[in-house]
Amino acid sequence: MDDELAISVRGLRKAYGDNVAVAGVDLDVHRGEVFALLGPNGAGKTTTVEILEGYRHRDAGEVSVLGTDPARPDADWRSRVGIVLQGTGEFDELTVAEVIRHFSGFYPDADDPEKVIERVGLAGKAKARTHTLSGGQKRRLDVALGIIGRPELLFLDEPTTGFDPEARREFWELIRDLAAAGTTIVLTTHYLDEAEALADRVGVIAGGRLVEVAAPNRLGNRQEALATVSWRTPEGTVESAQSATPTALVADLAARHGGEVPGLTVTRPTLEDVYLTMIGHAR
Amino acid sequence: MTTTTKPATPVTVTRGRRPGAGALALRQGRLEITQFLRSRESVVFTMGFPIIMILIFASIFSGEIGGGVKFTQYFITGMIATGLMTVSFQNLGIWIPIERDRGVLKRYRGTPMPKWVWFAGKVIMVVAIGIAETALLLAVAVALFDLDLPGTAAKWFTFAWVAALGVTACTLCGIAISSLARTARSGSAVVTPVSLVLQFISGVFFVFTDLPTWMQQVAALFPLKWMCQGLRSVFLPESFGAQEPGGSFELGRVALVLGLWCVIGLVLCLTTFRWTTKRDG
Repeated sequence: MDDELAISVRGLRKAYGDNVAVAGVDLDVHRGEVFALLGPNGAGKTTTVEILEGYRHRDAGEVSVLGTDPARPDADWRSRVGIVLQGTGEFDELTVAEVIRHFSGFYPDADDPEKVIERVGLAGKAKARTHTLSGGQKRRLDVALGIIGRPELLFLDEPTTGFDPEARREFWELIRDLAAAGTTIVLTTHYLDEAEALADRVGVIAGGRLVEVAAPNRLGNRQEALATVSWRTPEGTVESAQSATPTALVADLAARHGGEVPGLTVTRPTLEDVYLTMIGHAR
Repeated sequence: MTTTTKPATPVTVTRGRRPGAGALALRQGRLEITQFLRSRESVVFTMGFPIIMILIFASIFSGEIGGGVKFTQYFITGMIATGLMTVSFQNLGIWIPIERDRGVLKRYRGTPMPKWVWFAGKVIMVVAIGIAETALLLAVAVALFDLDLPGTAAKWFTFAWVAALGVTACTLCGIAISSLARTARSGSAVVTPVSLVLQFISGVFFVFTDLPTWMQQVAALFPLKWMCQGLRSVFLPESFGAQEPGGSFELGRVALVLGLWCVIGLVLCLTTFRWTTKRDG
């Protein structure tokens, strides 16, 4: 297999009874890449990621994560993979520092617990019992436990759900730091701006299928998509036209109007438009 | 592998040595004990229950059971056995579903921690709390109700192996039964009736031989009856063995049944234990 690939998936399938959660996914994630799986709730994001993490068994397909089949994980492989699950597993009676220090003992090359507490922004809460943390702080603890072992590959399942905007920005900075240091990152999200801000490539998943994989600005051929030019006619109605050459169209309109075109706008589809079209088709 | 920090910031790379397997188990045990002691309900109900019971029983039945032997001498055996079952079977059967439901177990599975270390942590916690609780129980009974402690090394040895075997069986069964509970809340609903019924039919609250014969026979299928019987051989005079259903304390059979339950418990643990909840696939 290709050494440059952190993850390679072919024909992945998983059903729960009659409910097909993952219906044939092919996916490659390169080493050092930040890859976002974007999709609505129930699209198959978590099932896919938890198969890659070694939590769930697949029904069919070939999967390789850091050169190992996650269905047969060993301790060495586990020490190279960091996992931030969707649900938080709380340790009610322990403090933040106690939990992080304890987990650092499981890894052969763990990071310094104090440093990790600092990095995730929990320095002021190190001595607090975990049940006193807010939702966002609990999520930071999850992230701390995910990175304490200095993973080569970090999975983050909807990491910023419940964050306020400022906390999300801080979290994004942390992810960028990790990526800059060479960590491969796979995150699931249903926030478009998060995928756009962080990911080198985005995979849109809907109905258990990977609808498209592309750089965020190329998703749905966004750059090449037809522009919509609209303007107001003298009668007061709004006219619009789709054009591959909007500049020429605007020049033509300007000539026809003898100068200023009333109510002129030129737009291209936003990431949200493209995304909603994609998941709409998949349904 | 590179360090997970900004390339611009110079950092001293501290290469932490991972503790050896034994040290990992001890750390896990220490963590479990800390969690137990900080949870007030666990401490009050698990450790306090047998002590409250002996206070009540020894106060109600202050007389003699016969032959100059105090009732306390009889009931202490049931209270010790109940205490050991509470700290192992009941404690694990109630707490493991809560931890599973919260995703704590799932989180451990995602680390390179060897699976057995987690179980070892639970066992260390059960043994430590069990010893502390039994010692407290004996101290209360000696101080307030003139309990006579075993007088020979042989009796202390019997005490030790009956307790150890009983706790092992109950620990394994507690881990096994934890998988029956589907949610965090159902753990105590599954475990509490089982242990309460066993306490009533195994001679914890009554003199065992006063119970109906069929009840004695049902109780003889489960570990608690044999733990009580083994402990009676420690705290009652040798002559009392004749009053047991089998005509003696039957220590061989005590070892056999408890050993069998260890095997049954272990097999159930190995075949049914779940790190995640059902809805987690």
